[in-house]
Amino acid sequence: MAETVLEIENLRTSFNIKGNYYAAVDGVSLTVHKNEVVAIVGESGCGKSALALSIIGLHNAKTTKLEGQVNLKGQNLLSLPVEKLNKIRGKDLGMIFQDPMTALNPLATVGRQIEEPMDYHMKLSKSAKKKRVLELLEQVGIKNGPRVYKQYPHELSGGMRQRIVIAISLACNPVMLIADEPTTALDVTIQAQIMDLMKELQRITDSGIILITHDLGVVAEMADRVAVMYAGEFVEIADVNTLFANPLHPYTRSLLSSIPSNMTDKEELHVIEGIVPSIQKLDRGGCRFAPRIPWISEDAHEDNPMLHEVEPGHFVRCTCYKDFHFPEERVEDENYVTT
Amino acid sequence: MVKFIFRRLLVMIPQLFLLSLIIFVLAKQMPGDAVTGAFMGNPNVTPEQVEKIREQYGLNDPWYVQYGAWVGKAVKGDLGQSYTHKQPVTSLLAGRVANTITLSLFVLIVSYAVAIPLGILAGRWSDTWVDKLIVTYNYFSFATPLFVFALLMLFVFGFILGWFPTGGSVDIRIESGTFAQFMSKLHHLVLPGLSGALLATFGTIQYLRNDIIDTKLKDFVKTARSKGVPEGKVYTRHILRNSLLPIAAFLGYEITGLIGGSIFLEVIFSYPGLGQLFIQSITGRDFTVVTAIVMISGAAVIVGTMLSDVILSAIDPRIRIE
Repeated sequence: MAETVLEIENLRTSFNIKGNYYAAVDGVSLTVHKNEVVAIVGESGCGKSALALSIIGLHNAKTTKLEGQVNLKGQNLLSLPVEKLNKIRGKDLGMIFQDPMTALNPLATVGRQIEEPMDYHMKLSKSAKKKRVLELLEQVGIKNGPRVYKQYPHELSGGMRQRIVIAISLACNPVMLIADEPTTALDVTIQAQIMDLMKELQRITDSGIILITHDLGVVAEMADRVAVMYAGEFVEIADVNTLFANPLHPYTRSLLSSIPSNMTDKEELHVIEGIVPSIQKLDRGGCRFAPRIPWISEDAHEDNPMLHEVEPGHFVRCTCYKDFHFPEERVEDENYVTT
Repeated sequence: MVKFIFRRLLVMIPQLFLLSLIIFVLAKQMPGDAVTGAFMGNPNVTPEQVEKIREQYGLNDPWYVQYGAWVGKAVKGDLGQSYTHKQPVTSLLAGRVANTITLSLFVLIVSYAVAIPLGILAGRWSDTWVDKLIVTYNYFSFATPLFVFALLMLFVFGFILGWFPTGGSVDIRIESGTFAQFMSKLHHLVLPGLSGALLATFGTIQYLRNDIIDTKLKDFVKTARSKGVPEGKVYTRHILRNSLLPIAAFLGYEITGLIGGSIFLEVIFSYPGLGQLFIQSITGRDFTVVTAIVMISGAAVIVGTMLSDVILSAIDPRIRIE
């Protein structure tokens, strides 16, 4: 196995709501290796973005409690004071944000914004910085670099801006990248271009990537390993082929059968009834997905469900996967594997 | 940028023209005229004499003829004669304008010097005791009427403590052009200046505080933090620049407000500026002086908004016109 870059151990992120702390990320452990893309998937509100912001320390310190460890290059990021964390953010750890329309400062030129991390992490002359920026712009597929260097964000399209955001995250050659839904705010054709770009860059940079998304197509295309998240916990972790070929957890199976496919002619699309419970109302002792699969008997679930290693590298939470079946009125569709 | 400023200056010409027209017509609508103001109730002046004087000054001509004559002279720098002071309006105004501009600038600079740091502190440390203290001061300054506060300042620092003169703009016993005279002017400026400035901070503090609180949650600030930008620089380089936009937009309005506000200040501190003269001229129906002063105030508004536009386009690339 390749060298470990990032190691998250039992991370718990709790938010203060009216005086009480509620965990939005509830005991997450994950290891990312060099040159590996780990996708984290789950529906809105499951804690994906909270996890990303916890790793890079962007939560409001006053209202957030972080427990556990996030180890990068032998340092636990959670225990570092912000001054030391600033020596790592932007240098070893890069972040790509969801919405390129708002992620850039409207009053600064593109060149300035890409140069900024170099100001703090690299000792480069002015001309060397500019050279590096132009190089980065070329890397992220922007053709007229010298012109874009002087432009402002409002002069560029969404796809261009997302390329700039990516260039910023790559400026200081990070060993670890966190991409928080990098394509969600873009239209479909641009999404494909940005995904191609990220794959290409990953090949060049060798960095580890955590890719947060709710798009299973993106997962299939990009990821080496997948962690499926539900209500603040990982419910299934597996390498990408295993996950698509042999999904075990009821949530994973429901997610995968919710993908419309052109093979499922005339068949009703599967819908997961209900919503992710709010972090205040969540029942933390049992299987968190149980309320959304009420036709499965309560005996199938275990108390305080654990991740079970069902085969090397394939983990599933709770025992309910053994007895899971879709509700009677519909037949499980075998064709989703083709996605 | 030069092109933009030039174009913006060109736009001012029709603005000033319209302004002058409105002011002239409005002033003509005032009940009475200069002659009534000067001779009303004077038993030694007969109605025939009044009529003769009216004819002599051209007050019986139609308004557009009078307007044409006024504008024609005004562009040559002649604003006519003051009926009550019996001297050219321009020479009457010259010293007063300098005084008012000095006072207004003093108020403007001091109020920004107080308001911008306080607004930044309150915004950055929002919901802490620092913020609460500043916001409390702010509501007090908003709620206190200028004439009450100014009188209080005058009473305490001018009368009881005797630290500052209670009126005038300079000690006339000092030889003009000397450093001592400059210091004397400054000494006379402090009380009216501070009284005005400490109450003028409200808008700036509140806008800046709220905008910083708003901006610090924006995505691009997260991007800056994710780059490893130190917290202090996140504020100076990213948040402040964005939050100063509404303040710059407000500058024109502030300039206008200060000239209006100076009227109170000048009357209370018997400071010989435009405001004081304005009140005297209205009560004396000194038509030429009133129109000239309103024209100057109106022009200040136009110049103020132009300055806002230029400053805004200098810091905000999105509204720059190429």
